[in-house]
Amino acid sequence: MIDLLAFLLAGTLAAATPLLFAAMGEVVVEKSGVLNLGIEGLMASGAAAAFVVVASGGSVGAALSIAALAGLVLSCVFAALVLVCLAHQVAAGLAVGILGLGASVQIGKAFEGRTIAPIARIDLGALSELPVIGRAFFGQTPTVYAGLVAVALVWWFLNRSRAGLVVRAVGESPSAADAIGYPVALIRFAAIAFGGVMAGLGGACLTLAYTPLWADGLIAGRGWIVVALVVFGAWRPGRILLGAWLFGAVSLLELALQGVGFAIPSQLLSALPYLVTIAVLALISRDPRRLRLDQPVSLGKTHVPRA
Amino acid sequence: MASPSPTAPEHRAPVLARRRLVTRVEPSRLATVLVPCAAVALTLIGGTLLFALLGQSPTIAFHAFFIEPLTTRYGIGEILLKTGPLLLIAQGLAIGFRAQVWNIGAEGQLLLGAIAAGALALALSHVQAWWLLPAMMLVGTLAGAAWAGIAAWLRVRFQASEIIVTFMLSSVALQLLYYLVSGPLRDPMGMSFPQSALFHDAALFAPLMDGTRVNTSLSLAVIATAVAWLFMQKSLPGYRLQVGGLAPAAARYAGFAERRAVWIGLLVGGAAAGLAGVAEVAGPLGLLQRSISPGYGFAAIIVAFLGGLHPLGIVPAALVMALLYVGGDMAMVSAGLSNATTTLLQGLLLISYLACSLFGSHRLVRVDSLTVRP
Repeated sequence: MIDLLAFLLAGTLAAATPLLFAAMGEVVVEKSGVLNLGIEGLMASGAAAAFVVVASGGSVGAALSIAALAGLVLSCVFAALVLVCLAHQVAAGLAVGILGLGASVQIGKAFEGRTIAPIARIDLGALSELPVIGRAFFGQTPTVYAGLVAVALVWWFLNRSRAGLVVRAVGESPSAADAIGYPVALIRFAAIAFGGVMAGLGGACLTLAYTPLWADGLIAGRGWIVVALVVFGAWRPGRILLGAWLFGAVSLLELALQGVGFAIPSQLLSALPYLVTIAVLALISRDPRRLRLDQPVSLGKTHVPRA
Repeated sequence: MASPSPTAPEHRAPVLARRRLVTRVEPSRLATVLVPCAAVALTLIGGTLLFALLGQSPTIAFHAFFIEPLTTRYGIGEILLKTGPLLLIAQGLAIGFRAQVWNIGAEGQLLLGAIAAGALALALSHVQAWWLLPAMMLVGTLAGAAWAGIAAWLRVRFQASEIIVTFMLSSVALQLLYYLVSGPLRDPMGMSFPQSALFHDAALFAPLMDGTRVNTSLSLAVIATAVAWLFMQKSLPGYRLQVGGLAPAAARYAGFAERRAVWIGLLVGGAAAGLAGVAEVAGPLGLLQRSISPGYGFAAIIVAFLGGLHPLGIVPAALVMALLYVGGDMAMVSAGLSNATTTLLQGLLLISYLACSLFGSHRLVRVDSLTVRP
C-alpha cells in the first residue's frame, strides 16, 4: 500500500510535467489575447524531434534545444497567420496543429517503436530514500523541477513584472494598448513564440523523461488537455499546476488499477482522462460570471491594426 | 472608411506607407474563387518542395501524388469514394462554423454513427429486408447527432467550450469502438481478431461504378449539398444562424437565440458525420473494425474552410482533399513516401488558404485615398 502511494505520488508529478510546460506557455499566449489550439501538433513535433536527437546519439541539451526550435518554428507559422494574415485564430491553430502532427510522424518515422534511456533521476541519498515522499520530491528527473520553476516564473512574470502587465493589457484591450503606443502585434508575437518553445519542451519532457519511446500518436490528446487546463486554472499558473497534477493522477490510475487487479475494461481507463476533462470543464465553466472575470477579454478575437 | 474624402494635409499618413490593408465590407466575388485556387496552387508547390526535401525525385513524387490518381479508372473511383464522407461531413460542419460553433469532433461522431449502424446490422443479421439499410442510416445519423448533442448540452447548460468537449468526445468514441470490437461486437468465429462479423448484402450500399469501390452512398453527399444550399442560402433559419455568427449582439437584439445556434450547429454536424460513418461501414468496409476512418472528421474541417464555408464551394474542396488522400496512398506505393505526407499537405493546404484569405477579406488601398482616424 505504501509502495502504491509512493508510486502514485511520484508518478503524478512526472506525468504532469509535459502538460505543465505546455500550459505555462499557453497561459501567456492566451493572456495576450491569442488562442493557440495547435498545442497538440507543437508538442508532438517537440516530442519527436527530441527523441530523434537522443536516439541518434545526441545529448539531452541538444534534444531540448531542437524540441524548443521545432515548437518555435511552428508557432511562428501560427503567428504569421493570425498576426500578419489576420486569420481566424481557431482555424489557424487547427492548421498548425495538423502540420505539426504530420511533421512529428515524418520526423519519427525511422524511429517508430524504438526506446531510449530516460533522463537520469536526481539522487539526494537519504532524502531520496524517505518513505512515500522520497521518490516523489527528492528523486525525480530534473525536468520535473524545471516544470515547477516554470510555474513560479510565469506567475511572477504575469503578476509582478511590468512586461507581464503589458501582455495582460494587450489581452484585455488590444485597441487601448495600441492607442497608448504598445506594439500589439510584436507583443503577441513574443507571447506566441514563448508558447511554442514551451510546448516543444513539454513534448520533449514526454519522450525524454516520462515515456522514453516514440510511437505515432504518442501525444494522445495531451495538447488539448493543456488547452482545457488553462481554462480550468482560470488563467492562473498556480491553479493550472493543481489541474496538471489532477491529470497526472488520472493518467496514472490506469496503471495503478491494473496493478491492484480491478476488472475494468482497459478502454474505459484509457478514456478516463478525456471524460474527466469534460466533467471538470463543465464544472468550472458553469459560473459565467467567474469566467468573465478571469478570461482575457480579447481572447480569440482578431485585432486589426489601426489604419 | 474607404471612400475618398477631403482631409487636411496634417491628417494624412506618412508618405512611406503608400498602401494599406483595409477590411472589405463584403468579400470580393472574384476572391472567393481565386483564394482557394491560389491555396491549392501553393500547396502543390509546397508539396513538391517537400518531396525534394524528403529526398524523393520531385517529378516522380508529384506525378504519383497528384497525376496518377486522375489517370486510372480505379484512381477516379477511389477519389469519388473518399469525396463522399468528406463532402457530407464538411457540409454539416460548415453550417456550424458559419454560426461560430466549432465542432472539431466530427471524427468521433462518425465513429458513433458507424457503431450504431454496425450494431444494428449485426443484431439483425438474419433480416434480408429492404428496410435494413435505411434503418441503419437512421440510427447512425441519430447516434452521430446525439454524440454532438452532448457537447451542445454542455455548452448551453454549463458554457463548456464545445471545441474542447467535441475533441475529447472523439477520443472517447475511439476507445468505445476499441472496446466493442474486442468485446461485445467481436465476431465469435473470427479467431479473436478485433473485428465484427461481415454484414449481409441487405446491410450494404450497392456498387455504383464497375471496377471501383464507389457505391450509392455518394448520393447522400450530393443530397446533403443540395439541402445545405437550400438551408443556408434560401431559408430564414439558415439566415438567422449566419447572423448569429457574424454579429452576436445584433442577433440577440433581433431575438435570434444563441442557444439555438449551438444546438443546430452541433446537431447538424453530428448527424452528417454519423451518416458518413454509416456509409463507411456499409460501404467499403462491410464490418466494424478498429480503424474505420482515416481522419475524415478532421480533414472535413479543412474542406469546409477551403470551400469558403459555402455549400457549393465545398464540393470542389472535397474533391481536392480526396485527391490528397488517394495521392498519398498511391505515392506510398510508387514513390516510397510515408503516410505522414498526406497529413503534412493537409496542414499546408489549410495554412495556404488562411494566408491567401487575407486578400479576400481585405484590400490594398492607396493611403492618400484614406481618411486617417485621429
